[in-house]
Amino acid sequence: MIGTGKIKQYANVLDKPLGKGKQEVSLSAFAFLFSELVQYNQTQVDNISELETRLEDAGYAVGARVLELLCHRDKGNRRETRLLGILSFVHSTVWKVLFGKVADSLEKGTEHEDEYMISEKELLVNRFISIPKDMGTFHCGAFVAGIVKGVLENAGFPAVVTAHFVPVEGQQRPRTTILIKFAEEVLRREARLG
Amino acid sequence: MAAIYSLYIINKSGGLIFYKDYGSKGRMDTNDSLRVASLWHSMHAISQQLSPTTGCSGIELLEADTFDLHCFQSLTGTKFFVVCEPGTQHMEALLKVVYELYTDYVLKNPFYEMEMPIRCELFDINLTQAVQKDRVVLLGR
Repeated sequence: MIGTGKIKQYANVLDKPLGKGKQEVSLSAFAFLFSELVQYNQTQVDNISELETRLEDAGYAVGARVLELLCHRDKGNRRETRLLGILSFVHSTVWKVLFGKVADSLEKGTEHEDEYMISEKELLVNRFISIPKDMGTFHCGAFVAGIVKGVLENAGFPAVVTAHFVPVEGQQRPRTTILIKFAEEVLRREARLG
Repeated sequence: MAAIYSLYIINKSGGLIFYKDYGSKGRMDTNDSLRVASLWHSMHAISQQLSPTTGCSGIELLEADTFDLHCFQSLTGTKFFVVCEPGTQHMEALLKVVYELYTDYVLKNPFYEMEMPIRCELFDINLTQAVQKDRVVLLGR
C-alpha cells in the first residue's frame, strides 16, 4: 500500500505541536478587511481622534498576542529586559512576521531622551488608502501604532505610541513615522541597569 | 502619433464618477462631460437590446472620423471608456489597467463611498503613471 507515513494521532489537542501555519495571506483580502474595520469604526465615533483611538485599541489586542506567539516561536521563550533589545525585536522580528520585511529605520529622537522612531516609506496597511483632505492629520497607521504599543506594554515597557506623516522633499507621498515615547519608569529602570 | 483625448468612468446607474482629459482636444466642461456620460450609458444599454447577435454585452468600440471610443464594462456594470485619436492601438489593455487601478486604489479605500465621484489621491497618481508609461511605449514605436 502506498502511503506517506502514518499521521500520529494525538489524544489531547493540546499535545499537538504548534505548527508555523500559512506564512502568507492575500494582500487584497487583508486590504478589504482593514478597509471594513476603518469604515465600521467610522460609524461608531463622532470625531477623528476617537477613530484613531479605536484603531489603536484594535492594534493593541493584536500586539499583545503577537508578542506571546513570537516569544514562544522565535525567541525560545526568552524575555527582553533592555530597551534596545525590545526595540530591535519590534523593528525586525515583529515587522518581518507581520509585514514580510524589516522596518526601514529605527532612530533615537534628538529632542527628548525618551523618544524613538520607527519609520517606513509606506506602511502596508496604508498601501491602498488615500486620506481625504478634510480628515486632516488622521493616519490609518494608528492601527500599527497600537500593535507596537501592545507589544511594548506587555513586554514591560509602557509607552505612548503614535503614527505621523512626515513630508519628504522631492517625493509626493510623505513618509510614515511611528513615534514611541517611553514612560518615566522605563528610563529609570534602564539607567539603573547601566 | 497616437494620443488619448479623455478618460471617463461611469457607475452602474450612468452617473459620471471620474473624468480626466489629456490635452486640449478632448477638453469638456463639467456639464458636457456629464451629458456625454449619461448619453453613452443609454446608448450602451440600448445597443445590448438592438444587437442582432445573442449574448451581446454592449458597444466595445465606436469609430468616428475624428475620434475612436473604446469601452470596457466590468461584471458589476461599471463602465470605463476612453476617447482617443483614430487608430490608437492597445486601448483595451489600457482600460484593463485602469480597471485594476480602480479595484486597488478606489475600492480598497475605506473613505470612498460606492457609486460616488472618485476623489482618491493614489488613484490619480497611479493613473497618471500608467498613461505616461503607455504614451512612452506608443511614442517609441
